[in-house]
Amino acid sequence: MFRNIGEIILLFWRTLLALPQTWRQRQKVFDQFFEIGNASLLMVCVLSFFIGGVIALNFGPVLVEHSMASVVGGVVGLALAKELAPVMMAILIAGRIGSAMAAEIGSMSVYQEVDALRTMNINPIHYLVLPRVLAISLALPMLVVFSVLVGWFGGAVVANYNHLMDIPFRVFFANLRDIVELQDVANGVFKSFCFAVIVGVVSCHQGLTTIGGPRGIGRSVTKAVVNSIVLIVIFDYLLTRFLLK
Amino acid sequence: MNDTTQSSQGVGLVVRGLRKSFDGQEVLKGIDLAVRPGEIFVIMGPSGSGKSVLLKHLIGLETPDAGEILVNGDPISAPETAAKYRMALVFQSGALLNSLTVGENVGLYLAEHRLKPPAEIERIVAEKLADVGLKDVMHKMPAELSGGMKKRAAIARALVIEPQLILYDEPTSELDPVSAVVIGNEILELNRRIRVTSLVVSHDRDLAFGVADRIAVIAEGRILTVGTPAEVKNFQDPLVQNFLTADFKRAS
Ligand SMILES: Nc1ncnc2c1ncn2[C@@H]1O[C@H](COP(=O)(O)OP(=O)(O)O)[C@@H](O)[C@H]1O
Ligand SMILES: [Mg+2]
Repeated sequence: MFRNIGEIILLFWRTLLALPQTWRQRQKVFDQFFEIGNASLLMVCVLSFFIGGVIALNFGPVLVEHSMASVVGGVVGLALAKELAPVMMAILIAGRIGSAMAAEIGSMSVYQEVDALRTMNINPIHYLVLPRVLAISLALPMLVVFSVLVGWFGGAVVANYNHLMDIPFRVFFANLRDIVELQDVANGVFKSFCFAVIVGVVSCHQGLTTIGGPRGIGRSVTKAVVNSIVLIVIFDYLLTRFLLK
Repeated sequence: MNDTTQSSQGVGLVVRGLRKSFDGQEVLKGIDLAVRPGEIFVIMGPSGSGKSVLLKHLIGLETPDAGEILVNGDPISAPETAAKYRMALVFQSGALLNSLTVGENVGLYLAEHRLKPPAEIERIVAEKLADVGLKDVMHKMPAELSGGMKKRAAIARALVIEPQLILYDEPTSELDPVSAVVIGNEILELNRRIRVTSLVVSHDRDLAFGVADRIAVIAEGRILTVGTPAEVKNFQDPLVQNFLTADFKRAS
């Protein structure tokens, strides 16, 4: 994996250089964007609801026991906004979208479609990579905002109906508003943007370097997802530590 | 046939001392070739002899370890050369983009480079598809075509570029004998009509002797001989003769 880091950074750089092509490729960006939305919205919804719920379930009763029922909303709110929504959604998207990107571009590489583009003077970075990286970088932050809201709601529902907590919605959200600042949500969304770029570039790179027929495509898909997740977790720490205080 | 298939003057191609290794394994061991403008030049040789690798060098998909490739005297490695000449490679598998319709595939070059308005592109695509004898496939997906139709669609996609040099990689492999003849005639017809220089790579002896102005025989990364079909047939070299005459051993 670390042998490829240089190549991945190079592809990232070339994608940045291709940004002026965005307007030309806008149709493909939109297509990819809606594909990502279609493929993941329902899953994001279900996953986020349960993540919010389980956070409330894990921390709520302890806090209530120590007569801190009033901070349950804040704990759930912060955990989701700053950490769980961005990371879990990025991992979900790596599995759902990154894998598809690696498979599609990988099969295009194996069956010489990418070579065919090159012989027509069509830059695969403009044609294939740029629209995908842009679409995922646009889609994931929006999905994370959605995920945070659904997660809060899930936490609130569990905190309300679980007999160990019995925290009314009003109290839960009042506390959440007290503790969670817009900045916290923004930080989470910014992290997810970085994760999206990672998933997009890593998956496209893996696709473009696929060799060796159908088995090669399978290998690429696995590598794209695993490498994306490893990098997401590492960058999560680095971003949290150094950028977002 | 009609006005837009203007006579694009074919270009000449010179290859000198071309060498290429993959992982220490030398695949091309010093290739020298001279293809004349407007001719049909067939490179014939067994599988694994380096034919596809050679073609990829000619169209700039691979860079040589040593040697040079000149198009009308201009080195292919120079960026200006790529802009100056129009060259197309018809891939062995066709390499149509599976996610696009056949029509979109054929028109891709024009659409991506914004060379023509959409209506005009559609007209040109229909015309090029008709040129290769394909009807009613414009809105089909590549997966719905037979092997021979895919190759013809790939040729149509190459024609859209108005090429001065067409490279064909195994144009008749995986085709039934009748489709193979149809493709062979297509190559002849295009060459006559638009005077495009045609470089055909194949292990198909019938195709080679059926269409070639000149033939080169390649084996294990080296050119064994170059000449007219008659000259090659009479070339007394065991490797060449073996390739040309190998046949089944059934008593007749
Ligand atoms: N990208 C590559 N990496 C490593 N080896 C390659 C590559 N491309 C071709 N080869 C090797 O070069 C040799 C010639 O291949 P090729 O040109 O495809 O033969 P053919 O004459 O059948 O078209 C084969 O042994 C093949 O394994
Ligand atoms: Mg080959």
